[in-house]
Amino acid sequence: MLNKIYDWVDERLDITPIWRDIADHEVPEHVNPAHHFSAFVYCFGGLTFFVTVIQILSGMFLTMYYVPDVENAWKSVYYLQNEVAFGEIVRGMHHWGASLVIVMMFLHTLRVFFTGSYKKPRELNWIVGVLIFCVMLGLGFTGYLLPWDMKALFATKVGLEIAGSVPFLGDLIKILLAGDAEIIGAQTLTRFFAIHVFFLPAALFALLAAHFIMIRKQGISGPL
Amino acid sequence: MSKNRVTRRQFLNYTLTGVGGFMAAGVLMPMLRFAIDPALQVKAEGDFVQTSKKIADINEDPVKVDFTFEQVDAWYKSDVTEAAWVYRDGDRIVALSPVCKHLGCTVNWEGDPAHKNQFFCACHAGRYEKSGKNIPGTPPLGPLDEYEVSEKDGFLLLGKKIANTLV
Repeated sequence: MLNKIYDWVDERLDITPIWRDIADHEVPEHVNPAHHFSAFVYCFGGLTFFVTVIQILSGMFLTMYYVPDVENAWKSVYYLQNEVAFGEIVRGMHHWGASLVIVMMFLHTLRVFFTGSYKKPRELNWIVGVLIFCVMLGLGFTGYLLPWDMKALFATKVGLEIAGSVPFLGDLIKILLAGDAEIIGAQTLTRFFAIHVFFLPAALFALLAAHFIMIRKQGISGPL
Repeated sequence: MSKNRVTRRQFLNYTLTGVGGFMAAGVLMPMLRFAIDPALQVKAEGDFVQTSKKIADINEDPVKVDFTFEQVDAWYKSDVTEAAWVYRDGDRIVALSPVCKHLGCTVNWEGDPAHKNQFFCACHAGRYEKSGKNIPGTPPLGPLDEYEVSEKDGFLLLGKKIANTLV
């Protein structure tokens, strides 16, 4: 049945070469943990992506209950965590996954660094990777405020002061992030929500696409 | 080459780029102005806020004075309580903001027993003299802000936050 559907589509659109291009490629022996177990270090990038996918999915579902409003944000988080079936699990995935992304990304960066994989011709991919690192940290920072509890508020207060300490542009950056010169309040929460849920993920998708296209084009770096 | 100084191809390139530029600007300009609005809004001057502190009760030792005012945060209005460190300096009343100029934590007068006569921030051990002057070698990069002060019926009024005038 499935084969028939596939053949029907393939006959019209010739999709086999497309997914062959995506899925069918050689994995060199030196990066395959089945050959050398120590090659597991080459899995960190893929694992980062795997956790990122979990973050995207769990985040999408969290927005079914969450509201970015000063009156209701904390209550909605409390509700989705304690009253909704599996709420603890879904929020837990997003909460712990956020830290895990940073950890995996750091390990991936270390692997790339110590295998020298950033060297010519892969310099551009290193740069894109650093940008992804920045976007991930931005996602962590903006997401931290959303539960709207005391820890979130004061962490954001400190984070905004750090942003404000940038030479010359600091005050402008701070006000554009917080939505107000002094208050960390209603506008800060909606802005952080928008940045966390729309702006940074959009940037992340574009950068990830570039990251993956480049590694496919250039292949994995050779053995040490 | 014809005697036309602009070829048909150039003309089309220019007009299409121009029209496309206007269309892109027409789409992007409203969104950008929308996003940067907080940076361009002019803040209304804050009025003086009544405190429950009698001017006569203020002496040379800084005390924490709480005051409550209605804060307008875009569409959200709420009563907010903030504090100031208030003391008498000769014949003037000084009210210092407790917000640390390092990263925005709250400072306390003699908050560290090891340093008498100083404001202390517990977050990163920032210290200030009584005038609000930051002590070199501690994290803060500037002096504590100051509140404008006024008086009504013997009670202290606090105005808007200004840069420290004592240092």
